[in-house]
Amino acid sequence: MSGLSKSPWILHYDASSCNGCDIEVLACLTPVFDVERLGVVNTGNPKHADIFLVTGAVNEQSRNVILNLYNQMPEPKVVVAVGVCAATGGIFRECYNISGGVDSIIPVDVYVPGCAARPEAIIDGVVQALGVLERKHTDMAATIPNQTRSAS
Amino acid sequence: MRVILYLVAAPVVGCLLSGWDRRITARMQGRRGPPILQPLYDVQKLWQKESMVVRRYQNLYILFFLLLVIFTGALFFAGSDLLLVIFALTLAAVFFVLGAYKASSPYSFIGAERELIQIMAYEPMILLTAIGMYIATRSFSVDAIAGHPTLLVLVLPGVFVGFLYTLEIKFRKSPFDLSSSHHAHQELVRGITTEFSGRTLAMIEIAHWYETVFLLGWVYLFFASSPLLGVLVSLLVFVFVILVDNVFARLKWQTAIRSAWLVTAVLGFGNILILSLMH
Repeated sequence: MSGLSKSPWILHYDASSCNGCDIEVLACLTPVFDVERLGVVNTGNPKHADIFLVTGAVNEQSRNVILNLYNQMPEPKVVVAVGVCAATGGIFRECYNISGGVDSIIPVDVYVPGCAARPEAIIDGVVQALGVLERKHTDMAATIPNQTRSAS
Repeated sequence: MRVILYLVAAPVVGCLLSGWDRRITARMQGRRGPPILQPLYDVQKLWQKESMVVRRYQNLYILFFLLLVIFTGALFFAGSDLLLVIFALTLAAVFFVLGAYKASSPYSFIGAERELIQIMAYEPMILLTAIGMYIATRSFSVDAIAGHPTLLVLVLPGVFVGFLYTLEIKFRKSPFDLSSSHHAHQELVRGITTEFSGRTLAMIEIAHWYETVFLLGWVYLFFASSPLLGVLVSLLVFVFVILVDNVFARLKWQTAIRSAWLVTAVLGFGNILILSLMH
């Protein structure tokens, strides 16, 4: 147990979602579900985040933003695709401006199904992401020593 | 001896207070809230994260910030000169601002500018607090002030209220969370701390633990002749700060600085004026 799973800080980005999944993501923070009791903090800052929650399919405008946010997150990090659009592109898959799910540009670790994804499903996805985070951390500790990375 | 006790106990107490803060905040919002040790888990996690910088030396400033905050508290709890404590505190704050300036991103840049404004807002009142304590006890030494037989708050009620006002600014709580908010999704991202990640962010957290204990120690000084009352009031003040944080929205910087100086002039200066006329 490295302590990583006790303090998951989340970065939430809406790639091109209809806002359905985003409202459900924010619903997790309300008194009904209160994910802060698991130590979850919704940071608006990639440099403080451990888990990248993406909703919606990737389009030409969100593509670079997603890449940027992903690269700005310090290792170890986990990507969770929330909702069917983030997973595969959903009903927008064949649109001329959609390049597909989030995994078409960055590696995705956990897929949360649903349209819109239920808050329970999102919390479950985050909890599964914590397992992946732990695994990545042990892999990271085994391979490279902690060194400073320059990023803008 | 006291200094060693401070160095060891302050982060523990600060961590628990910080966890308690998040818990009480959650309860005030009708939520359950995280475990009391959550800040410790956060720091533990941050310590294991990859270190990421924009400029190579930005983290060095934060190291100095942490060391100076610890130094400030150590001076205070060693019973040293109150003025020296204030200057050490200011120097620590300046290093924090320099670090944020160094990491030249627009968010941390504006955060640093707002932090400077906040320093301008609270600094006069903190100086007046030291001066008020000097006029009441004829000494700047923390030891002498703590050993003074009268309950200082009875002589310095205005200064005490003014000090509480600056405490809100110093803790960066609403309505004065201009430079860096504890809550996500502000227009400045995380303001002054935006560009710091991993161990450096953990250092900022630890510095806040030390700072909290030091500032509550100063609150205690107003009640030092009755230790039990002092500890009780310090804790009450902490809860009060959390309450205000949850009740108020953020002020504009103009209002923040104007109101802080108004409080300083009326309550702080007024109190000291009356005191020096009576003497």
